Amino acid sequence: MTAVTVSRTAGRARVGAGSPTGSSTGKAAQERRRRRAAFWFLLPDSLGLLVFVVVPMILAVVLGFFRMDGFGSFQFIGLGNYTRMAGDPQFWSSVRITLLYLVGVVPAIFVVGLALALLVQQRIPFVGAIRSALFVPYVISLVVVAMVWEFMLSERTGVVSRLLGAVGMDDLAFLGEPSLALGTVVVITVWFQMGYYMVIFLAGLQDIPGEYYEAARIDGANAWQRFRTITLPLLRPTSFFVVITATVSVITGGLDLVFVLTGGGPAGSTTLLIFYVYEQAFLFGELGYAAAIGSVLVVVMLAWSALMFAVTRGGRFDND
Amino acid sequence: MTETRRRGQDSRWTRPRVALMILGIALGLLTIFPLAWMVGGSFKTAAEVNSASLLPAHPTLDNYRYVFTQVPFLRYMLNSFIVSATVTVLALWFHSMAAYALARLQFKGRDTIFLLIFSTLLVSLPVILIPTFVVVRSLGLVDSYAGLIVPAVFNAFGIFLLRQFYVSLPAELEEAALVDGAGYWRIYRSVILPLSRPILSALAVFFFLANWNSFVWPLTITSDPDLRVVQLGIATFQQQYAGDWNYVLAAATVAALPTLLIFFFFQRQIVESIKNAGFK
Repeated sequence: MTAVTVSRTAGRARVGAGSPTGSSTGKAAQERRRRRAAFWFLLPDSLGLLVFVVVPMILAVVLGFFRMDGFGSFQFIGLGNYTRMAGDPQFWSSVRITLLYLVGVVPAIFVVGLALALLVQQRIPFVGAIRSALFVPYVISLVVVAMVWEFMLSERTGVVSRLLGAVGMDDLAFLGEPSLALGTVVVITVWFQMGYYMVIFLAGLQDIPGEYYEAARIDGANAWQRFRTITLPLLRPTSFFVVITATVSVITGGLDLVFVLTGGGPAGSTTLLIFYVYEQAFLFGELGYAAAIGSVLVVVMLAWSALMFAVTRGGRFDND
Repeated sequence: MTETRRRGQDSRWTRPRVALMILGIALGLLTIFPLAWMVGGSFKTAAEVNSASLLPAHPTLDNYRYVFTQVPFLRYMLNSFIVSATVTVLALWFHSMAAYALARLQFKGRDTIFLLIFSTLLVSLPVILIPTFVVVRSLGLVDSYAGLIVPAVFNAFGIFLLRQFYVSLPAELEEAALVDGAGYWRIYRSVILPLSRPILSALAVFFFLANWNSFVWPLTITSDPDLRVVQLGIATFQQQYAGDWNYVLAAATVAALPTLLIFFFFQRQIVESIKNAGFK
């Protein structure tokens, strides 16, 4: 309360100070002071972002024009890496696998996240504990996640295999069979990320005014109609945010998980683009080629950022 | 009379809500089952680890004893703690400074700088892993704490969230202080920082967790066993003891325990920081 009063008088005082005499020099001095302050406040992060984000972004493109091994020898080869990329079946396979992973994870995580949010939004007993349980996999590291699932999915001895046996089904090599491995990675990804999207959807749901539902109920709308005509449209900003974030996390994430869980296999069936980059760089020592592939990812991410900035007018995901 | 009152108070216990509760509990148990299976297995003997029962028939602490004596696990955890804590403190400090300038100081070129920072929002470390490795190598930071810490500090995400928060603060906040002749640094220190305590603590939990769980960057930048962080430690351990699941599960449980404790105690902060990340 007092703070408000003080600031009101302060505002008046400033108007008084801005009287014709000496206002221009005072303003200029203040402007200079502000610029200098802004410079120092922005310096550490700007320098850090420059050296560890912007330079690497540029370097990703520049290195792509070189043949470069792990020991630091350079050789300019022009578009060599890019033509090699165009003709590299493993590159295209990793693009295809990334897209499949995207198509598998994003819709699933959207539906599961929203469904869980609708469930834990209800005033049901023990809802706090239920929310916590649904969220907890998200805080576990992907290395641990990979280990636990590898253990559970072990052929013959794993608990999943035993459960399948108990209901009379054949044992499946969820991680050893090329046609199953990517699907398994999708399920695991949804399992550890669903809590995150549940929380985001929950925040979006809580922003929808309760009166809308009251009015719809008075008009005799049933639950499905209320969901269709109120929840989904008013949730559009949240949904948009979820699709963007999930897409990004699918393209860039997954590296840790695939690294420990499958090592890109079996038969390259889980070699995501980002894992292929890592493989080329640090397993085959092809830093230049890896950078060229990585630069494609950088361009994709910049395009996503630009789209996001444009559509949200500077990162505002609200309705108006 | 008492019957209706009780029902009025406990309006949660209606039949549809109990049905939803049962569904929720079933889904919750299904979700935490893999983690329960991990913890259960870590107390089983080698002979029993593949048994079909969740609880060990003969609980033993030998797996934990083995993990801590065979590999320098405490060292791994200490490394992880040093790296995560330093990254968190530096990141919050630098990001809040940058965000303060971008949100509260009027100066020419501010929107351009913000746009530049925003454009790097989605370019995370995995995307630029190789060129960042090249940069860090040419700075001579391979196999050092600095190499683990410094590149992890800088990302647009934290700046962005804090800026959103500072923009939403009322404009009168600093005016009184400015009239009193306070410099911008003092305003930042004594007006802005105290107000940002909730959002800073939420981000702190988030940053600490993310860095504790980080794996690929430490893998890329260190080969010295003395610098091994805990995620790298358990991954190496698993390679060495492949198939000895009782040991591997004990190691995984130890690595996961701090994150589970953090979740248990700071759940509200974690959820808050995710909600803030919803760009609202």
